[in-house]
Amino acid sequence: MRHPAPDTPSLLTPSLWLLITAGITLAPHAIHLPLWLIVVCATILATRAWMVTHPGIQPRSRILKALIVLLAIAVAVGIRHHFGHFFGKDPGVALLAVLLCLKQIEITSSRDIRAAVLLSFFLQLGLFFYDQSLPVAAMALTGTLCALVTLLTLETGTLTPRTSLRTSGLMMLQAIPFLVVLFLLFPRIPGPLWGLPADAYSGMSGLSDTMEPGSISQLSLSDAIAFRADFAGEPPPPAQRYWRGPVLTDFDGRSWRAGRFLLQREPAYATSGPAYDYRLTLEPHNQRWLLALDYPGGRPENTVYSNDFQLLSTTPVRSRSRFDLRSYPESNVGLNENPFILAAATGLPDSGNPRARALAESLSRDSHDPEDTLRRVLDEIRAMALTYTLRPPLLGRDPVDEFLFDTRRGFCEHFASAFVFLMRAAEVPARVVTGYQGGEINPVDQTMVVRQSDAHAWAEVWLDGRGWVRVDPTALAAPSRIESGLASALPQGEALPFMMRPAMRWLRDVRHQWEALSNAWNQSVIGYNTERQRAFLEGLGFTSPDWRTLTGLMGAAAAVLMVLLFGWAVMQFRRGDPLDRCWDRFCARMGRHGIPRLPWEGPIDYAERIAAIRPSRADQVRHIAQTYATLRYGPDGPGHDLKTRQLSRMISKLAL
Amino acid sequence: MIGIASVKGLLDRWLFRLGRPTPLPIVLGHRQIFLLPTGPGYAFAVALLVMLVASINYNLSLGYGLVFLLAGAAFVSMHHAFRNLLRLGIAGGRVEPVHAGQPIRFQFVIGNTRRFSRHALRLTGKDSVVPFSVGPEDQVTAELRCATYRRGWVSPGRVRIETTYPLGLIKAWTVFVPDLAGLVYPDPEANPPPLPDAGPSPTLGTHLDHGDDDFAGLKAHQISDSPKHVAWKAVARGGPMLTKRFAGATGGECELDWAALPMNLDTEARLSRLTAWILAAQARGRAFGLSLPGTRIPPARGESHVHHCLKQLALFGSNATSSA
Repeated sequence: MRHPAPDTPSLLTPSLWLLITAGITLAPHAIHLPLWLIVVCATILATRAWMVTHPGIQPRSRILKALIVLLAIAVAVGIRHHFGHFFGKDPGVALLAVLLCLKQIEITSSRDIRAAVLLSFFLQLGLFFYDQSLPVAAMALTGTLCALVTLLTLETGTLTPRTSLRTSGLMMLQAIPFLVVLFLLFPRIPGPLWGLPADAYSGMSGLSDTMEPGSISQLSLSDAIAFRADFAGEPPPPAQRYWRGPVLTDFDGRSWRAGRFLLQREPAYATSGPAYDYRLTLEPHNQRWLLALDYPGGRPENTVYSNDFQLLSTTPVRSRSRFDLRSYPESNVGLNENPFILAAATGLPDSGNPRARALAESLSRDSHDPEDTLRRVLDEIRAMALTYTLRPPLLGRDPVDEFLFDTRRGFCEHFASAFVFLMRAAEVPARVVTGYQGGEINPVDQTMVVRQSDAHAWAEVWLDGRGWVRVDPTALAAPSRIESGLASALPQGEALPFMMRPAMRWLRDVRHQWEALSNAWNQSVIGYNTERQRAFLEGLGFTSPDWRTLTGLMGAAAAVLMVLLFGWAVMQFRRGDPLDRCWDRFCARMGRHGIPRLPWEGPIDYAERIAAIRPSRADQVRHIAQTYATLRYGPDGPGHDLKTRQLSRMISKLAL
Repeated sequence: MIGIASVKGLLDRWLFRLGRPTPLPIVLGHRQIFLLPTGPGYAFAVALLVMLVASINYNLSLGYGLVFLLAGAAFVSMHHAFRNLLRLGIAGGRVEPVHAGQPIRFQFVIGNTRRFSRHALRLTGKDSVVPFSVGPEDQVTAELRCATYRRGWVSPGRVRIETTYPLGLIKAWTVFVPDLAGLVYPDPEANPPPLPDAGPSPTLGTHLDHGDDDFAGLKAHQISDSPKHVAWKAVARGGPMLTKRFAGATGGECELDWAALPMNLDTEARLSRLTAWILAAQARGRAFGLSLPGTRIPPARGESHVHHCLKQLALFGSNATSSA
């Protein structure tokens, strides 16, 4: 078909746009799709691009169909093999991605293109499973725009790419008010509607409730943000920035595990000292601990306390969540500790690490109380001059012995583990606490940002009369770790996480700006949920908003938008030549006074007829009609605009 | 119980305001434009619903955002479709007579007074769909073809102008019964017997003579030539005085008489044969007269005579001879 009939578009332009849509939609998926799948998708898309640009060469459709089916089966088997299962978020997204690519090849009708466009919408949504950041949103938006252009070019073949983009862009702009209204007012239903597949929350990083040598140093390599804290007043000094995570009591000779703990509504201690109010925005980690600053107080919503002083969420944190918390860093905790807990905090395996046991025994033998023992152990560790490093050597069967006496290089988990082991061997109750230590104030929005690289392990020792006392053995080897963070504590020449290198200062400034923007985005857009929706409505003045309020408001707002759009569609024909508008206004006024202009009547005739009916205004009306006729049909001389304005005034002043 | 047909009639009268034919021209107002989702529109809605459920389930704020943006785009596309038809002017154009069995073409002149293009419009009748678009402040002629089966007046019936522009999700349409009619001549008999001769003719066969029926060229002007035949256009351009020459083919006059046809032919067969004879006479340039029960048209030649005779045949037996 060389000459398509007027305005029956061929499939070529929509096919090209669909290809662009697929490319833009799938590109951000490349981050998490398996490599082989990316290669398959890219190959298919490249083949399709070649097919579209060489319309003369089309493989026979039966062979093509068979090939597609074979390829689809092969890919499905590959996906099943790669993910180990079929029904879940990751294999689902992978399947959709391949489907979108394969669909491109078998396009024979506009129906196929529409189906592929719907697939690309699904995949744009699929992006948000992995990332809801601003750049991903921008990518998805671009993909949506191209998808709309694809649909548009299916309808009409007469548009240039520019006008297609402009028309689709206009539609997206006009759709934004709907987006805002629905986003704010659509009743948000919390939580999943049904059980989610097992991999729904995969890929969330953070602490775990076990610790073995190397687990925290691994986490420290990540620049990812763990949480943000927005303090109402001054933030606490660096030495008090201990964010409490899992407390590890049980030791099996190699790894530490969380002990059993009880839950209670109130903290197990009396708070004292200065209080810090802050809003904690926690990145999802699929765990319950909230990483509150030591030691939390009050009764924040949806939280409980454990008797090892953690603040826990009532449900695992699976989406970015906000908590308004208050902490009292100088509280004394655990003054009347349960004997069972103390017993658990002195437990050691029967054998293993003999050299450390011997050392502890020699240190405690002539000490008169646990406080003295603590001092001696700390002195001993200090005297050992251990090295603090992000790359500790691997440890064998007796990790404490090997760390203290052989390798003598370790990260915070090695220090904490060895210290607690020595204390327990000296029969002083002690335990490991994991969490984060430190935090950096973003100068742009003054929020404190705590990253995975701030992950830390420290220790607590129970002393009679003082309760649980925090001891950070890492400080013995690297005092600046506590005051100024990881970067300054590591020895020269140690490979730091990229962004922490001093030379990257300007880059850090850019990152501060970017993270402040991301934080605003997260707080206002991503974090918008049921509670925020209620707060928003209460801010509008609704006392007890429920879903009926929401639907009512939503309906009303949508109706207003529809009326505005209707107005847009109807009103535009009024625009046009200002002179014509003047004359139309005059005719309309006359029409309202019972003298409508007849369709065939010229201005002069019309004026004569009006003059006959309204002799008192005859001169004015004749003058108006004469001016209009001169301007309309006369030569287009200078002062045309001025005269038009004068005519307009004349019409306005005309009294009837 | 109300039958489906009567419900449809009710819908037509009350919702679509279809009744008597609408005199053209019309300008589409907002009350004449109807909107409904298309099949792809419903599929789109289902897809959005699935995406919404996924967003709720996985608590994806941006998922909500995407769904609402797309829903907004669908609402907006409704207004675009509506605007694509609003204030569109529809005027009737020419309708050339045809013989029964040939498709008749109704012309519609679609005018756009607004400053943007109207894209992807479709003119839809009983038998055909005509895609077209109109530029800003422009007009186009769209031809609707309708099959014809019977002689007589034929009207295009219910005509729709529809569009699924811009996204194909919403169909906007208007429906009207235009006050247009086309004439359908009887179907000429395929192999008619030769023309009847009205008595002996002075010459056998035909020869060309200077007549005044068909334009045959120009010649130098002579004083004696009729001023009616001067090629005034050429004179106006500053050319020499020329006279238009017309050729008239003469053969014997013939009389086509209804009553002279064999008795075994029924009405339609007679009309068919008369039609075929008229066409044959026209092709040979012969003058002919037509006698029908109650009417007699004296012999003549020329387009208008042929049309007049064929029209008599087309409307034979019906009362509606008055219409143009």
